[in-house]
Amino acid sequence: MALSHLSSTRSNRLLRPLAAAASSLCRPISTSTEPLVIETSIPFTPHKCEPPSRSVETNPQELLTFFRDMATMRRMEIAADSLYKAKLIRGFCHLYDGQEAVCVGMEASINKKDCIITAYRDHCTFLGRGGTLLEIFSELMGRQGGCSKGKGGSMHFYKKESGFYGGHGIVGAQVPLGCGLAFAQKYNKDENVTFALYGDGAANQGQLFEALNISALWDLPIILVCENNHCKDVNLFLLLDFLRLFFTLLLLWNRVLNGWLFGRWHGHC
Amino acid sequence: MWGIVGQRACRHGSSAMSLQVTRPVIHALRSFSTAAKEMTVRDALNSAIDEEMSADPKVFLMGEEVGEYQGAYKITKGLLEKYGPDRVLDTPITEAGFTGIGVGAAYHGLKPIVEFMTFNFSMQAIDHIINSAAKSNYMSAGQISVPIVFRGPNGAAAGVGAQHSQCYAPWFASCPGLKVLAPYSSEDARGLMKAAIRDPDPVVFLENELLYGESFPVSAEVLDSSFCLPIGKAKIEREGKDVTITAFSKMVGYALKAAEILSKEGISAEVINLRSIRPLDRATINNSVRKTNRLVTVEEGFPQHGIGAEICASVVEDSFEYLDAAIERIAGADVPMPYAANLERLAVPQVEDIVRAAKRTCYRSSSLAATA
Repeated sequence: MALSHLSSTRSNRLLRPLAAAASSLCRPISTSTEPLVIETSIPFTPHKCEPPSRSVETNPQELLTFFRDMATMRRMEIAADSLYKAKLIRGFCHLYDGQEAVCVGMEASINKKDCIITAYRDHCTFLGRGGTLLEIFSELMGRQGGCSKGKGGSMHFYKKESGFYGGHGIVGAQVPLGCGLAFAQKYNKDENVTFALYGDGAANQGQLFEALNISALWDLPIILVCENNHCKDVNLFLLLDFLRLFFTLLLLWNRVLNGWLFGRWHGHC
Repeated sequence: MWGIVGQRACRHGSSAMSLQVTRPVIHALRSFSTAAKEMTVRDALNSAIDEEMSADPKVFLMGEEVGEYQGAYKITKGLLEKYGPDRVLDTPITEAGFTGIGVGAAYHGLKPIVEFMTFNFSMQAIDHIINSAAKSNYMSAGQISVPIVFRGPNGAAAGVGAQHSQCYAPWFASCPGLKVLAPYSSEDARGLMKAAIRDPDPVVFLENELLYGESFPVSAEVLDSSFCLPIGKAKIEREGKDVTITAFSKMVGYALKAAEILSKEGISAEVINLRSIRPLDRATINNSVRKTNRLVTVEEGFPQHGIGAEICASVVEDSFEYLDAAIERIAGADVPMPYAANLERLAVPQVEDIVRAAKRTCYRSSSLAATA
């Protein structure tokens, strides 16, 4: 599809022969709605529950919408990265590239009355809930057209009418808040659930366990989704350790070199 | 509804009687053919919460011991029986967790009343109060509103020590996005609690443990279920012309006693019950200072960066030329609350401190000969 677009713009006249050749080589994109059953590759490890079925029914058209969404998200995050390096996005900018499948997969099985709440890596989740690229980039750059009118920034995207409750800057805070959303759904007798997303860093937070405890006691319709992107693992102290190791090795190499060059080792004069 | 109201505790000994002596003239003007009804602050809060829960099914209560135990201070007595465990929830001792859950429920449109056993424990949950509740409306450009009430006793009690005696009014009042209320009388408790529950923004409601048992006269208007006080308006408890004394919560009672003592010495003090710490009623305070030209601020909490400091700044900014004397700031001692009774008494403002401060502003300190 991208290639055919390329061949139609006037400015790409030079590329037209190339595009024509390319389009004859690529397969036409299927819009088939024939059901397709896919078996997920990794088995579930259940704990005190029945694992869900690994077979998922879908169709080529749906799969391609997933791909399109994920590709859009990927390009969006890469563009945001460039804007951040150009200092057009200030402060914080946490990117979700590599994790797109999580929010796209979730969206495929829920509706807009189910609630999603996440931490600050929220650009793609917001897009998945119905946000537009214009709203996202405007907000990231602090413009009025942003989803929070420029007052929130990267970490504070919200879309209440689609059940997206942010966008939170404090690690782990979104988990009790998500349990609160689930509480409200149960209180109102909605037949809906809340997804509270968190990461490997927030998994250490005490309030997560407090909220989990209360959710179990009160039987709340909450689903906690841990996205382990190992971000917690790369931190300043780890970096310092690597630096220390590097300089130790450098020093050692320096000594070895000196020893060999200036014959401090026996065997050379 | 009035059944709960009817369960008023009978008068508590000396505290009520001394209050009757200092009751402002205003209440006497509300004359009835029968004796004025009295109500404790505890019953005022209970009835206000009860009526609001009855009127709006979205209002629910959560906190430690609010249900089965009838409330740690019996403020929520009878509510579990009346509304059931779906609306009156006993939580485990996990302030961070249940406050977050309360705020999340408010995001979704419910109206939680979250009780802290004392506001000292709100520190465990302060991230959710400030970052999740107070700031969300602004950060989301109005999309998310948080109609939550955080309530509980604040400030010094009696002999509970340093970790259970701090006043948190300055901490919460400094944060934009919050409303902070501090009732004194039963009328304040009823009216402000109802206003807080109906308000679409997060409200921190600072009660006082020692005031729960005190009785105040209440008019028929106050007892009506639609009674509500405006947020952001202070009340002039006693009119005067020589010195303005501002106070909130328990200190209003002390200020009124001090005003009575001062009146015998020829100083007419105007006592302002702030009621609302944020937004602060700067207009009422400044108008009063422009009339009296002298100001004494009274609070129970620590002096640095306290409520008195903010009032001083406001008056200096708006009414500097009207001041005839330096502003006096009476606050608790700048020390963690001691346990020993004599030290505790020294760490909290007393009536004599307020009287002395007022006299200092009138250049009538006791070292000079006291002529009328």
